[in-house]
Parts: sequence; structure tokens; C-alpha cells
Amino acid sequence: MIYGLPRLEKSSIVNKNDMTQQQVLDLYFLDARHKLIEVAAFLDRVERAGGKEDFRLIAFRAALDTLSSGRNEKVKQVLLAFSDPTTTPIAKAAGKSATGAWAGKKG
Amino acid sequence: MRYIEPHAHMVSRVTDDYERMALAGCEVVCEPAFWAGFDRSSAAGFYDYFCQLTEHEPKRAARFGLKHFSWLCINPKEAEDVKLAAEVIALIPEFLDRPNVLGIGEIGLNKNSRNELKVLEMHVELAAQHNQLVLVHTPHLEDKLKGTRLILEVLKSDKRIHPERVIIDHVEEHTVGLVLDAGFWAGMTLYPETKCSPARAVDILETHGQKQIWLNSACDWGVSDPLAVPKTALEMKKRGHQAAAIDKVIYQNPQRFLGQCPKFKNR
Repeated sequence: MIYGLPRLEKSSIVNKNDMTQQQVLDLYFLDARHKLIEVAAFLDRVERAGGKEDFRLIAFRAALDTLSSGRNEKVKQVLLAFSDPTTTPIAKAAGKSATGAWAGKKG
Repeated sequence: MRYIEPHAHMVSRVTDDYERMALAGCEVVCEPAFWAGFDRSSAAGFYDYFCQLTEHEPKRAARFGLKHFSWLCINPKEAEDVKLAAEVIALIPEFLDRPNVLGIGEIGLNKNSRNELKVLEMHVELAAQHNQLVLVHTPHLEDKLKGTRLILEVLKSDKRIHPERVIIDHVEEHTVGLVLDAGFWAGMTLYPETKCSPARAVDILETHGQKQIWLNSACDWGVSDPLAVPKTALEMKKRGHQAAAIDKVIYQNPQRFLGQCPKFKNR
């Protein structure tokens, strides 16, 4: 319940260590639980659908693996798992939109 | 609570959004040039758009007591056509003296192509020649990391460009360090589905500091929220941040960066 949280006070300089783990859990646990269940439901849905996994799902599973790696900066590791790691400009933009995962990782 | 919305595409929003923003405490809105959702067929279309940004939109904002400023460019989403881009860039100097124009933006990359890179360099040249502030768009999703690296290479290689006069927008956890470590300002865009959520934006403030960062909604014709900045201020409040710290992030920081342009007045 966030309603029962005591008012937190911080200095004007933001510090990552000011909230206790208990306070973070009180504020964000239910939201994170909800999002995790949505991820599980998405995986069940896409697996029920059958067919060949494309590069997006492969990248998605690689991103999930980073969550259990015990490494720090998990959100950064997830973003990197979806990112194009190359450094050379492409010859020509075929379209304007992004898919969310680098197609070069397919296969 | 007062705040500055430093990046919003208001031509795509209904007038009610201006009212809602004003009610939420917005005092100033800044509008970079953007892609219309379809490709414009000629430079003349951009001329009309620049008139809209510098003549019509400030009047619409003023109805609700909001000051309106703009940035001009051809957006990276239309930069594959280098000839058209050159024609559009040639139009920009005649608009630079208009009272609400803050600089060149949002320039940058979209799919990280060679032509986009050429057009980025043309924009950087324009900004350097006219001593303009620069607002940079970084690519979406899987293209962001590579695009941010390429953009930083271009900017750092031109000694006329001063990092403290450039804001690199749409940073996320995997790019914010690259931008700040190079001395540039960083913008965090708050989107419902992509880019940063309010909670992640506050995480980034807590882990990377708040010295050279601003928040923006980048609301446009897509899925976006013109009240994303005040909602993130609420997120800070929920975590116990004091009003002064919130004011620094959502008002004083954009004021400090934008104030480098003499035309920027928000009082």
C-alpha cells in the first residue's frame, strides 16, 4: 500500500541511496509484479501461436537472460541486448521505423 | 509547481492540451521541427511549416499565457533525400532572427544511414556558422546506441561546437553516460511505451545527477502525453524529493540551457 507510506524527505541533491529497500518495495512492488506477469503472458501467447521465432523474440529471450545474470545495471544490459552494436553507417535507410530489436542478431 | 516543456510538437496537439499544460504549471513550451508523419513533397512545404512554428503557434500558446519558442531544421526522418534537405536548410537562415527561434533542431539520425549523416553535418555547419544552440534527436529503440555514438563523433570532431550549447535528447540508461561524460546536456523523453517512463527517468536522475539534464514529453501525433513532465515531478515527490530539487529539474535546468539564447525569456 503506497497510501500508508511515511513522507520521505531528501536533500536537494538527489542520492540513489536515500530510500530504503523496504520503501522501494512499498512503492513499486505491485507495479513490477504486474509488469512481470504481463511479460509471462506475452511469452505464453507468442508460444501458443506457434511458427518460427524471429529476431525480436530471440533478442527478447537474450534480454530476459540478463535479468538473472546477477550483473549490475540490469536496465542497461536489457537495452544493450536489443541494440545494434555495429559502428558503421548503413548505405541507405530502407524505411523510417524501428522494430525494437536489431535484426542482425537473427539466426 | 512551475515547469518548462522544452520539447513538444504542439502543431500536432489540440488546443485543449495547451490549456491542460497551463493548468499543470507550464509556463514555456519549446517546439523543435519534426516529421509530419508523412514526407513533405517540396521545400515549400517546409517554408510553410517554419511560418507555422514562428508565427501561428506562438499565438495559439499565448491564449493560455504560455510563451512559445521553436527550433528549425529538416528532421532526420526526412534526411535520406539529401537534395531536398539542402534546399530546406538553405531556407532556415531567413528565419533565425525571428523572436521565438532558439536554434537548430531537432537534428540527428534516425536509421543511421550515410545520407542522414551527411544532412546532420550540414545542420552542424549551419549551427556553427550562425552560432546557434543545437537540439539533437537520437534514434529510436535498437538504433539509439549506434546513432548516439555516430552523433557524438560528428559533434566532437567540430571544434566550433561547444558541448554546453548542445542538448542530446531521448537518452536512456545505455546512452546517458556517453552524452554527459562528453560534456553535452542530456534530454530524457517521457513516453508511455518507448523511451523513458517517469520512474526510470527519476532513476537516471538519481544515478547520474541532475546537473545537465532536462525532462520533456516530446508529445506529438503519436502515442505520447503532454503532461508527462508534471507526472514525473509527481514521481519525484512520491520518492521524497523536495520541491527545490524538483524545480531545478523541471524549470531551472531548461531555463539555464535555453537561456544561452538571448531571445529566451520566460518571465
